[in-house]
Amino acid sequence: MGNVVISTPGMPLPSEKLFRKQTLVERLRKGDEAIHLLTMAGGWSIILITGLLVHHLWEYSRIARHQFGWHFLITSTWDPVNGLFGAWPFVYGTVVTSLLALILAIPIGLGAAIFLAELAPRSVSNALTFLIELLAAVPSVVYGLIGIFLLIPVLTAIMPAFQKFFGWLPIFSGTFYGVSYFSAAVILAIMVVPFIVSISREVLLAVPIAQREAMMALGATKWEVTWRTVVPYARQGIMGSVFLALARALGETMAVTMVIGNVAQVSTSLMAPGYTIAAVIANEFTEATGDLYLHALIELGLVLFAVTMIINALARLLMLSVRTDEVAL
Amino acid sequence: MARSFSANAVQIRRPDIDRFAHSDAAAERERNQLPWPQFTVADLNFFYGNHQALKNINLIVPNRRVTAFIGPSGCGKTTLLRTFNRMNETVPNTRVEGRIRLGEHDLFSYPVTTLRRVVGMVFQKPAPFPKSIFDNVAYGLRLEHRLNKREMAEKVEQSLRRAALWDEVKDKLHQSANGISGGQQQRLCIARALAVDPEVLLLDEPCSALDPISTAKIEDLLFELKEFCTIVIVTHNMLQAARVADYVGFFLNGELIELNRAKHIFQNPDQQQTQDYITGRFG
Ligand SMILES: Nc1ncnc2c1ncn2[C@@H]1O[C@H](COP(=O)(O)OP(=O)(O)OP(=O)(O)O)[C@@H](O)[C@H]1O
Ligand SMILES: [Mg+2]
Repeated sequence: MGNVVISTPGMPLPSEKLFRKQTLVERLRKGDEAIHLLTMAGGWSIILITGLLVHHLWEYSRIARHQFGWHFLITSTWDPVNGLFGAWPFVYGTVVTSLLALILAIPIGLGAAIFLAELAPRSVSNALTFLIELLAAVPSVVYGLIGIFLLIPVLTAIMPAFQKFFGWLPIFSGTFYGVSYFSAAVILAIMVVPFIVSISREVLLAVPIAQREAMMALGATKWEVTWRTVVPYARQGIMGSVFLALARALGETMAVTMVIGNVAQVSTSLMAPGYTIAAVIANEFTEATGDLYLHALIELGLVLFAVTMIINALARLLMLSVRTDEVAL
Repeated sequence: MARSFSANAVQIRRPDIDRFAHSDAAAERERNQLPWPQFTVADLNFFYGNHQALKNINLIVPNRRVTAFIGPSGCGKTTLLRTFNRMNETVPNTRVEGRIRLGEHDLFSYPVTTLRRVVGMVFQKPAPFPKSIFDNVAYGLRLEHRLNKREMAEKVEQSLRRAALWDEVKDKLHQSANGISGGQQQRLCIARALAVDPEVLLLDEPCSALDPISTAKIEDLLFELKEFCTIVIVTHNMLQAARVADYVGFFLNGELIELNRAKHIFQNPDQQQTQDYITGRFG
């Protein structure tokens, strides 16, 4: 041991003071702890809000749940006078209009985003993006008015010609009176396109230049670089924009109720009027007399919550299973 | 008569760009057993906006040899490399003047996508696509060639072998390319470039982020690649240039100071500035 001096007791090493426990105030002043606490509070509040929401929906739909059980979901009669409540027409209307809206909105939104991110000159792109973000802020009642005064007359004018060719398909059959699943879906598509465009454009722009150059150096054309490298790289973000659009479409109330016709029925034809969950809750909530009626409406809210979760989960699974690198040109 | 190749040196004198196709010159070349020029650059100027990054460059890059570009940071090595596959055209606000030939033809007369298949490039930072290792190598092939599954697999294997990566990844071809080490990623990028059978491979500081073992692997690789490929490599590592290069070009402030056989540059360069740089007196 001889010449190895470690430390004399009572004579602290200089580094020892660094080990002194810091006071709470000191730690908060450093920032890390404060930010940690703040962000954690934010994180927990999400769980708290979701929990409260589900709990309340569950609690205040008690009577309807006990009365109808699972039949609530699969029966189609909505008869407040006789106390019969079935949610199927609303679930059907919500799912059909939202999915159709996405089918219409995804190609348009993605196309516009690719144009703005990859092809348009930066100044044009920024100007158009500003406009698109304005569109996202327009209140939905305004879209409803556009639906009534612009979209429905236009659709009514062109539908007979369209049905001449496609009317034999069950989904396009029947007389078109304007208010319909189809009109609602088109309005929804118009409303969600701005979400898809502005988010997708951001993620496309964020794809590293190194990825693009690597692809170009292999002799790829501009289009191949975009479609085979940039879009797959941005896939996650684009998916995110679609999910946001879907959530918006599923929950949209005002614009939909103005153009869908508000008829609690299930039809194969998209030309027929229908109803959605959000629309029926908004329309009937104030006139709900009696606890059963009220609880049935709140159970509809619970169902909407579940439908949103299920569709989101399915969409995610679907997206995961698509291998984008196999996409043909 | 302007002799652009003398017996032991590639001189910087303005190459007689129209002369190479000429049969006399070809015969002379055969006689002296000199490499063919892969690139012939005459009076090249390059501008980023108003900033001139390359000034009156004249040089020849010999075919199936390793040519290294050295010089201090910002002297224009990358810029020159990127004019060889016209990658600079993708940078807005740039302008190129002068003449470049690839073999016997004007570089700018090729369709740019064809050119970039003939002149492959590997970047400083490996940028694998977020796909499987197999797909990374197959990417360039899928762009043009219509190969069936077996041919594709063979080509991928061949390219990975050429890039000295096959043994390390053969069991995980279908795993993500982001899951392999930086050195392996860089060799993967080389394999990806080799898969389309380029005539030229441009390497921009390919080893700057790599450990000595990966670096040694890539250097060994260059010796094998030059059997069938012209290689132009930018490097800050003088020892690396001395190890791998047949010819070395020294650049300073956008000018080519001298280009000569590697031995000549490292033992008795013609220019004082070169001497100063390689002995570390500035730069
Ligand atoms: N995209 C660009 N826009 C404007 N100027 C640029 C751009 N790229 C390079 N330059 C300028 O051109 C000159 C040459 O740059 P280049 O990248 O070719 O240098 P380099 O020799 O490769 O340097 P390094 O060894 O640091 O990589 C530098 O002065 C640089 O600032
Ligand atoms: Mg560089």
